[in-house]
Amino acid sequence: MLHPQRLDRERCVPQSRWRAAPRRRGILHVAVCAAIAWSATAAARPPELPAFALENPAPGVYVHYGQQAEMTRANAGDIANLGFIVGARCVAVIDTGGTYAVGHALRQAIRGITAVPVCYVINTHVHPDHVFGNAAFVDDRPDFIGHAHLADAMRRKGPNYLNALRRDLGDMADETRVVLPTRAVSTSDEIDLGGRTLSVRAWRTAHTDADVTVLDRSSRTLWLGDLVFVGHLPVVDGSLRGYLAVLAEIRTIDATVAIPGHGRAASWPGAVAAEERYLQGLLTDVRAAIKAKRTLAEAVETIGGERGDWLLFDAFHKRNVSAAYAELEWEE
Amino acid sequence: MVPRFIRLLVIVGLASAVNARAQDANPDDSAVWRKVHASLFADAPIEPADAVVTLETPRRAEDAAIVPIAIRSRIAQGKSRYIDTIWLIIDNNPSPIAAVFRFTPDSGRADMETRIRIEQYTHVRAIAQTNDGKLYMAVNYVKASGGCSAPAGKDALAARATLGKMRMRVDDTLVPGRPALAQLMISHPNDSGLALDQITRTYAVPHYVRKVEVTYAGKPVMRADVDFSISENPNFRFYFTPDGGGELEATVVDNQDLQFATTVKLDAVRGGAASSMAQ
Repeated sequence: MLHPQRLDRERCVPQSRWRAAPRRRGILHVAVCAAIAWSATAAARPPELPAFALENPAPGVYVHYGQQAEMTRANAGDIANLGFIVGARCVAVIDTGGTYAVGHALRQAIRGITAVPVCYVINTHVHPDHVFGNAAFVDDRPDFIGHAHLADAMRRKGPNYLNALRRDLGDMADETRVVLPTRAVSTSDEIDLGGRTLSVRAWRTAHTDADVTVLDRSSRTLWLGDLVFVGHLPVVDGSLRGYLAVLAEIRTIDATVAIPGHGRAASWPGAVAAEERYLQGLLTDVRAAIKAKRTLAEAVETIGGERGDWLLFDAFHKRNVSAAYAELEWEE
Repeated sequence: MVPRFIRLLVIVGLASAVNARAQDANPDDSAVWRKVHASLFADAPIEPADAVVTLETPRRAEDAAIVPIAIRSRIAQGKSRYIDTIWLIIDNNPSPIAAVFRFTPDSGRADMETRIRIEQYTHVRAIAQTNDGKLYMAVNYVKASGGCSAPAGKDALAARATLGKMRMRVDDTLVPGRPALAQLMISHPNDSGLALDQITRTYAVPHYVRKVEVTYAGKPVMRADVDFSISENPNFRFYFTPDGGGELEATVVDNQDLQFATTVKLDAVRGGAASSMAQ
């Protein structure tokens, strides 16, 4: 794990060909780095937030791994994978974390790496652990980019997410609010960062009804949001059949490294195999329960699954059975 | 009238949200419940329900949008004594009165299984009234789900696309005089209209099922006044008492006065199933 304070010197030296244009390496850049070096050790982040570590799997690509947990005060809402990609002209942020404070820590970390402005904030889907850091980037005036359904999903679910966040995190949720997308992706969109282009693709209802993926063509890094979980049990909050159909399609995307919404980066498309197996098993078991005329409550109590193979199985498996049942009972 | 009362209680429910957790210890301490008790029942005494109905809920709402619950009667629907009304109350939902179910002796059993939305930590109550006017209450505490589960539906566009489609079926073998189980499924977004558009500062248009009536051979067996505390695609499992063949007919009205109906033709010994599109 890379640790911000230890990396200040390294970071302030250009590392890749996508690093800021030469003029940015001058006095301004040094000044920014000096300011960050100070702030990272002093006032930059709330004391309760764990150290904000970044990894750098490809040139100009930075990932912060959230903890594999439900949101609690112990993890301060820092449970989803976040990151950013640095071009010559622009930085694109991919997901912003579970609170304003997490988003703020991510922004500070970006400023520790580069002075290139944040022009884009991409939200992979509506869930609070991925979007509630958005407010920390408002001053950068980026395009907030998301699925064409994201704004509607945020409106419908955001107030409840905020209530739950305040309930579970107390004052750690301070300043967190819903920040809606300003740029909608219906099918796909290209984002030019200067010297590298990101391809954002919108998918049919799968993990949620507002999932997008982000492909960085130059490094062949594929950001999957919660279309792919590694380690953490997959969560069905959209459509189980849609999820499996989308996985079958995205696994053909030409990429080398997959960055899931939860869990470690993995090779592609190998990263998707375990999840597909779990979801396929869920589909089979729930269909069988419906055919046997078991009720939703009975299905939730009786359908097991790969309990030993996943983190957070107890937190999400029953929920997945409920969601799958409510969807599949309408099958002809 | 339930709808107007619901509107008032929406305000109460929202105001009480902040205190939701503090109230978990004692169901009698719930501010919402005290208001409901006064408004619906004029503070009439309510006995524990153990001998009359039981309420089954999960301890935790695994999916906040789809929480299965079951109300099961402990007394037969006799001609002289029967349960005529069951109120389903979810204290800390924006609209606490989720449903009012009405039964008759022809219902056979005053049972109801359905799915509800759970906004936050809350008491859930089933209050049964027998035909002599006595009240009985079963109450469970349900923990809210984790932070990434919301009571809103999963796929708003899909829910609207099939609005009004219905399915009804009877699985039991029919024996005249013996209560048979029926299931009614209604494809409907059951939207609360509580989502605020942050740009226009206006609320979405509420669109939810408000009335369900089921008759067997022309006689009512189950009626329900419901609202958006019932999950998307409302689903009801209930009983009726067959006396041979005949038709089981369901009529549904939503708050925009759209009407949907479906009918299952039953023969003397077997159950049946039917589905219909919006009319």
